[in-house]
Amino acid sequence: MPQPDLLPELSSVFTGRKSLFPVSNKPQDPHVSRRRSVVNVTLIHRYISIMIRGGQMEFLVTERSITPSEGNKRRWDLKDRPGPVTAGTTAINHNYDDPHIVSTPPSQSSLMTHIPVISPQIRGPSGPLRSLQALKATSSKPALLSSQANPVAVFKLTNDFKEDPNPKKVNLGVGAYRTDKGHPWVLPVVKKVEKMIVDDNSLNHEYLPILGLPEFRSSASKIALGIDSAAIQENRVGAVQCLGGTGALKIGAEFLRRWYNGNDNTRTPVYVSAPTWENHNAVFANAGFEDLRPYKYWDAEKRGLDLSGFLGELESAPKHSIFVLHACAHNPTGTDPTHVEWMQVAEVMKRRKLFVFFDSAYQGFASGCLDKDAWAVRYFITQGFEMFCAQSFSKNFGLYNERVGNLTIVARDADNLKRVLSQMEKIVRVTWSNPPTQGARLVAVTLNTPELFLEWKDNVKTMADRVLLMRASLRAKLEALKTPGMWDHITQQIGMFSFTGLNPKQVEYLVKEKSVYLMSSGRINMCGLTTKNIDYVAESIHESVVNVQ
Amino acid sequence: MSIFVEVPQAPPVAVFKLTADFREDVHPQKVNLGVGAYRTDECQPWVLPVVKKVEKMIVEDSSLNHEYLPILGLPELRSAASKVALGENSPAIKDGRVGAVQALGGTGALRIGAEFLRRWYNGTNNRSTPVYVSAPTWENHNAVFADAGFTDIRPYHYWDGAKKGLDRTGIMNDLEKAPEHSIFVLHACAHNPTGTDPTPAEWEKIAEVMKRRNLFAFFDSAYQGFASGNLDKDAWAIRYFVSQGFELFCAQSFSKNFGLYNERVGNLTVVAQDKDNLTRVLSQMEKIVRTTWSNPPSQGARIVAITLNNPELFTEWKGNVKTMADRVLLMRDQLKAKLIALGTPGTWDHITEQIGMFSFTGLNPNQVAFMIKEKHVYLMASGRINMCGLTSKNIDYVAESIHETVSKVQ
Repeated sequence: MPQPDLLPELSSVFTGRKSLFPVSNKPQDPHVSRRRSVVNVTLIHRYISIMIRGGQMEFLVTERSITPSEGNKRRWDLKDRPGPVTAGTTAINHNYDDPHIVSTPPSQSSLMTHIPVISPQIRGPSGPLRSLQALKATSSKPALLSSQANPVAVFKLTNDFKEDPNPKKVNLGVGAYRTDKGHPWVLPVVKKVEKMIVDDNSLNHEYLPILGLPEFRSSASKIALGIDSAAIQENRVGAVQCLGGTGALKIGAEFLRRWYNGNDNTRTPVYVSAPTWENHNAVFANAGFEDLRPYKYWDAEKRGLDLSGFLGELESAPKHSIFVLHACAHNPTGTDPTHVEWMQVAEVMKRRKLFVFFDSAYQGFASGCLDKDAWAVRYFITQGFEMFCAQSFSKNFGLYNERVGNLTIVARDADNLKRVLSQMEKIVRVTWSNPPTQGARLVAVTLNTPELFLEWKDNVKTMADRVLLMRASLRAKLEALKTPGMWDHITQQIGMFSFTGLNPKQVEYLVKEKSVYLMSSGRINMCGLTTKNIDYVAESIHESVVNVQ
Repeated sequence: MSIFVEVPQAPPVAVFKLTADFREDVHPQKVNLGVGAYRTDECQPWVLPVVKKVEKMIVEDSSLNHEYLPILGLPELRSAASKVALGENSPAIKDGRVGAVQALGGTGALRIGAEFLRRWYNGTNNRSTPVYVSAPTWENHNAVFADAGFTDIRPYHYWDGAKKGLDRTGIMNDLEKAPEHSIFVLHACAHNPTGTDPTPAEWEKIAEVMKRRNLFAFFDSAYQGFASGNLDKDAWAIRYFVSQGFELFCAQSFSKNFGLYNERVGNLTVVAQDKDNLTRVLSQMEKIVRTTWSNPPSQGARIVAITLNNPELFTEWKGNVKTMADRVLLMRDQLKAKLIALGTPGTWDHITEQIGMFSFTGLNPNQVAFMIKEKHVYLMASGRINMCGLTSKNIDYVAESIHETVSKVQ
C-alpha cells in the first residue's frame, strides 16, 4: 500500500468522503500539470519529450510515481511482465484458452531507485519545467517537440482556435486536409463507396476476423509494397488491420516488446527522429519500452536533413535497436532523405542489424504519386529487411474518424510470418478484439475496384496539388515581402507540414497577436492555408519575424 | 535467419477456432452453438431494421464528415450510452459525476478501464492489486487485465456445477476474504457463460460486502436489453450499486444489443464521487486512449447515438431488441421441453432459468467432444451453448443429440 506520508492524496479510500480517484494531475493547463508532476518526485507520469538545449539532446521524462511499497514493482520489470500467457490464477474449471501460470510474488525493491533517465538538468536553473515560451534556444534552434510532452497539445490548439473570436483567425495546427474554402473534404470516391455499401444487402455486421478484413489487409499491403512486389508473391508479407496509424504502431510496438531481441526485452532502444510526431514516444513507452532515444534528423541551422548526424546515430546505436522511420513527408519537418540518402541509411541499418519500423501516414499525399511516396519502403525490402510498416489511411482517404490503418509485416518466409501473425492476434484480442469495419470496407472496395482506384488516386492528387500550390504561394509572398531569412524550405519540404523555422517566441506572437495558430515547434499545416487567408498569414509571419527574435 | 525465428506459434482463440472447424465441417446437419452472435430463425445474421434505417440516414446526411472524433469519442454517444446504463433519471448523471470513454466494443472498454486502474487505483502503478473474475467467465477477461499489467488475477466462486446455479456462499466468502481494494469484475446481467445472474436480493448482499470492504466494482455489461428484453430490468444491478454510492466502472458493449459486432461500439461509463474527480479521471483516460487508438471509430458510434437520441428510433430499437430476446426465450422453452419429452437423464430447468444468449448446459468435456465429433453440434468445451444458434429447424436434432450424448457418454 502506498505510504501515507508520501502520497496522502492517493490513498484509495471508498468511504463516501473521498473519491477513489484522487488523481492529482489537472488536465486543463498541460504545462501546469507537467511542472507539478516533475517537481513531485514521487508523483510523475511517464512521458517523454525531446528538447534541444544548447545543442544537446535531453529528455524530459516524467516518470510515474513508483511508490516504494510492498507489491509495487518496477513498472516494466522483466520478470513478471505478463508475456503471452495470462497471469496466475489458481487452477479451476473455467473456460480459458490459455494455460495459467502462477504469478511470481512481487519483489520488495523500491521503484524509486529505478527511475530511469530523469536528469537533474531537467529540473535545471529555469525551474522544474520550462514552458516552451521560456525556453532559451541558444542559437536559432527551435524547441524540437511542439507539444512539450503533452500528447493532446495539438487538440488543445484547435480548441483555443475555436474559442478565438478574431475573424481573421487561421488554424495551421491539426494535420487534416482542408479545401480552399477551409472545409473538411469527404473524398468523392468515399461518398460513392459509402452509398454502395449501404445499398449492399449482402453485407452484415458480423465480427471481422481478429486480424481484420482480409481484402483490406492485402490491398493495403499492396499499396505500400507495390503491385508487383516480390515479397508479396513469395508469401512472406502479412498484415494486421489496425485502428489508424496509431493502432498499427501500437500493435507493432507491443509485438516487438514481447518478441523482438529476446523475450519481453523492454530495454531494446527505440529511436525516434528529432523531432517526430509527438505520439511516437508515448506509444512505444506505453508498450513497455524503457529506452526511447532521439536520432538526429533536423538540422535547424541549414533547415534540412542532418544526414551525418543521422548516420552517426545509426552507427553508434546498439545493435538490434529499433528505428522509427517516416516513409515520406516527415512529420513535422516535411523533410525526407533523398534516394541516395535512404540507401546510405539502409546500408548502415543492415550492417548493424537495426530494426526498421516505417511509419507511413501520407502515402500519395506527399508527392501526389503513390509509388513515389513508397520508394523508401520498397527499397528496404529489396535490401532484404524484415520489417514493419504502420500505414494510415486517415489522410490519403480523408477517413480520419473511421480509424483505418494497417500494420504490414515483411518476414523472411511464410513460416516466420505465420508465427508472427499468430502472436499479433493475441495482442489484438486483448486490445480491441477485432477491428471496425466501415473504414476498412471503404478502403478495400476502393483499392480493389479498378475504376474506383483510379478515382481515388485522382482525389489524392487533388489534395497533394493544392498543398503544393499553397507552398509555392506562401514562399513567393514571403519573398515578395522580403521577410528576413530564407524560405526555400517551404517548397522543398513535402507533405502536409512545413517546419517554418519560427522559434517559440515567434510562434507565441503569431498565436496571441495575429490569431494564427500553429504548433510551438513552428510546424504549420499547409492545408490550413487558402487563397483567402494566405496573404494574412504571410504578412503575419513577416511581422513576427521582424518584431520578435 | 529470421529475426522472428524464436517467435512461437500462438494457439488460436478457442471460440473462433470452433467456428473455423464448423465452417470446414461438411455434415449437412451441422449446428454452430459457439460464437455469441445473434441468429434469426433462418440461422442468419440479423442487421437490425433500425440500424439499416439509420445507416441510410447517415449516408444521406451531407453535413457529416470524417474529421477526427475527440479522443474520448462522440459526445452524443457517450452521454446516451451512459444514460441507457444508468437510467434516464439517474441522480448521478444529474450530479454531473458520470462520464464516459467511447471504446472499441466491450473489450476496448475493459482494456481502457483496466489500464487506468493499473496506473491510478490503489496507489500508482500498483500491478499487484488483485483482480477477481468469476469462475467461469468470458475467456478474455483474464487476458485483458493481465495485459494491462495486473499480476494477480484470481477467480471468485460463481457457478455451482452440482446444483447448476449460483454458488452464493462461495461468492460471499470470496468477497469477505478478498484483500481490501481488490477489483471485482461483475457481469451486469446475462452472465457469460453461465446465463446465471444473482437475484436482486443477492446483488444487495454482494453490494453490502463490497462497500464495507472497499472492493472496486467493475461491471461488464454486454447484454443490456438482450437478457430479459427490457433495458431497465437488465441494468438493475448497476443502478443499485450507483444508488449505494459506489464509484465504479461499467464497460458497455453495443455489439449484441445493436447487432453492430463489427463496428466496435463500446462505452466505458465512469461514475465518480463528484465532477472534479471525474474530470481528472477522464483526463488520464485520454492519455491512455491516445497511445492505444488515438481516437475511436465513428460509424458505429453515430448509428447508436442517433438511435438512442431520437425517440422514435429509440422505441424502434427497443422493439428490435425484444425481438431478439424473445426468440432466445422461445428457444429456451422449446429446448427444455424437448429434452424433458425425450426423457433425457438429468434436470433441465436451468435451460429456462438462465438468461441471455448463453446456456451452461452442464455437459462435461467428454460429452462436448462427442457432440462435436459424432453429432457435428459445435459448442464450447465448457458446455456453453449459444441459444441463438438454435432454430425451429435444428432444435429437434440438437435435442436428440444432447439426449444421445448424455445417455452414451459419462
